[in-house]
Parts: sequence; C-alpha cells; structure tokens
Amino acid sequence: MDLLTPDLGLLFWQVIVFLGLFFILRAFAWKPITDSLNERENNIQSALDLAEKTRLEMTALKADNEKLLAQARSEREAILRGAKETADKMLADSRDKAESEGKRILEQARESMQNERQALVQQMKKEVVTLSLDIAEKVLRKELSDKTAQEKLVTDLVTNSNLN
Amino acid sequence: MMRSGINRILLVVALILSSLVGVRAQEHEHSGEPHTEHAGDEAAKKGKFDVGSMIMHHIKDDHGWEFAHGVTLPLPVILYSSDRSLEVFSSSRLAHGEVYNGYKNEHGKIHRVHEGGEASHEAKVYDFSITKNVASLLLSAAIMLLVFSAVSSGYAKNKGKAPKGIQSFLEPIILFVRDEIAKPSIGPKYTKYLPYLLTLFFFILTNNLLGLLPGAANLTGNIAVTLVLAVITFLIVTFSGNKHYWMHILKPTGVPVALLPIMIPVEIVGVFMKPISLMVRLFANITAGHIIILSLLGLIFMANALGGSGTSLAISPVVIFFTLFLNMIELLVAFLQAFIFTLLTAMYIGSAVEEHHEADHGIGYEGAEAH
Repeated sequence: MDLLTPDLGLLFWQVIVFLGLFFILRAFAWKPITDSLNERENNIQSALDLAEKTRLEMTALKADNEKLLAQARSEREAILRGAKETADKMLADSRDKAESEGKRILEQARESMQNERQALVQQMKKEVVTLSLDIAEKVLRKELSDKTAQEKLVTDLVTNSNLN
Repeated sequence: MMRSGINRILLVVALILSSLVGVRAQEHEHSGEPHTEHAGDEAAKKGKFDVGSMIMHHIKDDHGWEFAHGVTLPLPVILYSSDRSLEVFSSSRLAHGEVYNGYKNEHGKIHRVHEGGEASHEAKVYDFSITKNVASLLLSAAIMLLVFSAVSSGYAKNKGKAPKGIQSFLEPIILFVRDEIAKPSIGPKYTKYLPYLLTLFFFILTNNLLGLLPGAANLTGNIAVTLVLAVITFLIVTFSGNKHYWMHILKPTGVPVALLPIMIPVEIVGVFMKPISLMVRLFANITAGHIIILSLLGLIFMANALGGSGTSLAISPVVIFFTLFLNMIELLVAFLQAFIFTLLTAMYIGSAVEEHHEADHGIGYEGAEAH
C-alpha cells in the first residue's frame, strides 16, 4: 500500500461506491432538488413578470384614464363652444330678421302712406275741381242772369276766338 | 461578467495556493523519506519515536481502522485467489503480523505464506478488503445519502415555501455549483452534467472534511480515489467531445502546417494531462495537508524523545498554535480542492461541448471577450 500506487481493492470499491452514489443521488436527490429549484425560480420569475405586467397595465390604464379625461374635457369645451356659437348665431339671425322685418314693415307703411297721400291728393284735386266748377257755375249763373251779360260774353268769346 | 471575474480570481488564487502546498508537500516528502529510513533504523535500535513511519501510517490505507494507539476497529478482509476463490475474515486475525489461513499482512499488503512463514508469490491474491479507506468511503456515501435524502425531502415538504433546516444550509452550495461552476463553464447544455458535478463536488468536500477529523482515513489523499474521479471526468469529457473539440486537437485553426507535427502530439498529451493533473492535484493537496499537520504534531513527540518531557511541554503551545492555523487552512483547502476539481471538470466538459470554435482557447479568450 504505497503512496503512489493505487490499490486494486480501493479502486474497485471507489468505482462501485462512487457510481452507485452518483446514480442514486441523481435519481433521488439532484433531480428533485434541481427541479424544485427551477420551479421556484420560475415561480419567482413569473411573479415578478406578473407584477411588472400589472404595473405596466396600471400605468397604461392611468394614461388611458387621463386621455379619456382630456378627451371628455375637450369634448365638453367643444360642445360649449358649439352651443355658444349656435346661440350667437341664433341671436344674430333673429336680430337680422327683426331688422329686415322692421325695415319691411317700415317700407310697407311708407308705401301705404304714400298711396294714401296720393289718394288724398287725388281726392282733394277732385274736390277742388268740383268745388271750383260749382263756384264757377254759381258765378256764371249769377253773371249770366241778365241778357246783356250773356251777349257780351258771347261776343267776347267770339272775338277772342276770331283772333285765334 | 462580474461573477465570472470573481470565479477567475478564485481559481487563480486556488491554483497558486494549491501549487504552494504541493511544493511544500514535495519538499517534505523528499526531505522526509531519507530521514524516515534513518530515523526508522535508529528507532529500531534505540526504541525512539519515528515520525516518518507515524506519518506514513496515518496517511496510508490499512486493514483495520486504528482510531488511537491500540484502539483498532477490525474490518473485513476479502481476498480472491484463483485456487481458493473468495475468502472473507476479520482483519484482527492478521494483526501484529500473525499468520491466518496461510495469509500474512506485511506493510499493509497481504501475502500468501508457506507453512514455515516465508512469503510465497506463487498464487496471485487479489485484495478487495474493506480497508480503512473503503470503510471511510462507505461512511461518506452513507452520510451523503442521508443528508441529501433529507435535503430532497425538504424540497418535497416545503414545496412553495422557504427552505428550512439542512435544506437551506446546502441550497446555497448547490446553487453555487449550478450557477458559478456548471452554467458559466459548460453553457446551455449544463443540465446534463449537473448531477455529476454536484456528486463530485459533495463527494470530494465530504471526504476532505471527514479526512480532517482525528483518526479518520485520508480518502481524497489516496491516489486510487482521485484516479477513479479523474478517469470518470476523462471519460465524460471524451465521450461528450463534439466535432469542434476533436478538430481542435487534430487540426488547430491558425497553426501553420509545418507546426502540426509538434502541435498534434502536444494536444494529445494535453488531453491526457488534464485528468492526470486533476488526479495529482487533489491527491497531493490533501496528502500534503495531512503530512504537514502530522509533522507538526510529530515535533512534540520528537522533542519528547530528544529532550524529555520538559522540552515537549515547552514547544507544544507553539506547535498547537501552528497546527490550529494549518487546520484552518486545511478547512479552506477542503472547500477549495472540491471547488477546483469540480470547476476544472466543468471547464473540460465545457471545452468538449462548446459550439464555437474560438472559445476553445480557454480562459484568456473568454476573459478578453468579457471586457
């Protein structure tokens, strides 16, 4: 049993025991141990991944909310603006309409006034004519009540017409 | 990147340390042996303390397990010879050079002897005895089976919960072997080789630590044990070798054709040198540690033999201090050698299964790649 020469017996036992140990441990220790270590690592990893995913989802959700809020706000603004515009337009429209209506009414009034005045003038003219004819008749009747005056007029008229 | 850097540094430190210890061991062996013979002669003559044979007795294998002087556990002797077939008897029957059944134990080797007592070398006797080392091997196997079945059942019991007890004690080491040794050295195919690396690591570690106990066997410091481990590693590497691995040996890229007659033998020698270096490194480191500790303790007895009990009492505090210190180093070495053996095995496997041709250049290239 020298230091540097391997003994046959120990070689034999070492091969048997080491290989036996290897196969037994591989089947009953290393496999379950490494499997559960891997499983645990996977669990931890998936839990971390899930947490990260959830966090991202949360931020996405928050961003979405923000966006939604902003959209709602801008929509409200747009609606308000639209309403104001409509109201303004309606106001302006009605004002225009009222103005034009007033103008039209005024025009109409003016027209009818004109007409009435015209009619009135006409009427007055007629009245004046009638009146002056009446007056002239009366005057003539009075003037020509005597014979001489009649003759004189006739002669005047004749002379005047001869000149023509 | 950071981790692999730390790994490299650890490996370098470990190699330097191991080479230092190895050199010291060699010196010791060289200076020890003639001294031993000399002292042995003297001891035989004067009945004085022989430190060399004491050390050799402790680090070598033996039939029967001597825990302390005179306290020996007899172990079964199993012999096979072609004419007498299988024979099993207790090692106590061969104690103190007694002859039993025609067998005699001479310096740890069992020989057939004639009636008169002189050795006979006619029949070849194959010795498959449960020696001290085999007993220690079985003990360590039993311990490992117990420990790891407990760890394994811990995973079944605490499924989905935090590890507990011995499970949580060994889990970091298992993870270390997986994440720091197997994964970076072998790459994505590591799962196939992980059971072997784990068995190897814990086998070496258990036996290194068991070997540090007083009266224990020097199992990982036995060349037969390290030989078997190295041969298994060699077989795994050789049978895992892919096309790139063999092409690298037969036709290394970037080498001029004129150099091939030199390079190919060098590469082939390298294939065999790897397991040989594994074998010698573990054997030499563990044996050297034992030799140093035993030598230090032997100083007390030498002092007693040379200068009486007063001298030995005077030097023992110093010796105990150094022995404690060396025991601490040996504890470190126990982990370190398990780590180195496993890491180098993983690296050899990694070089055999690696897909990239370039990565065959080993540590330096990977290191350069990392920067």
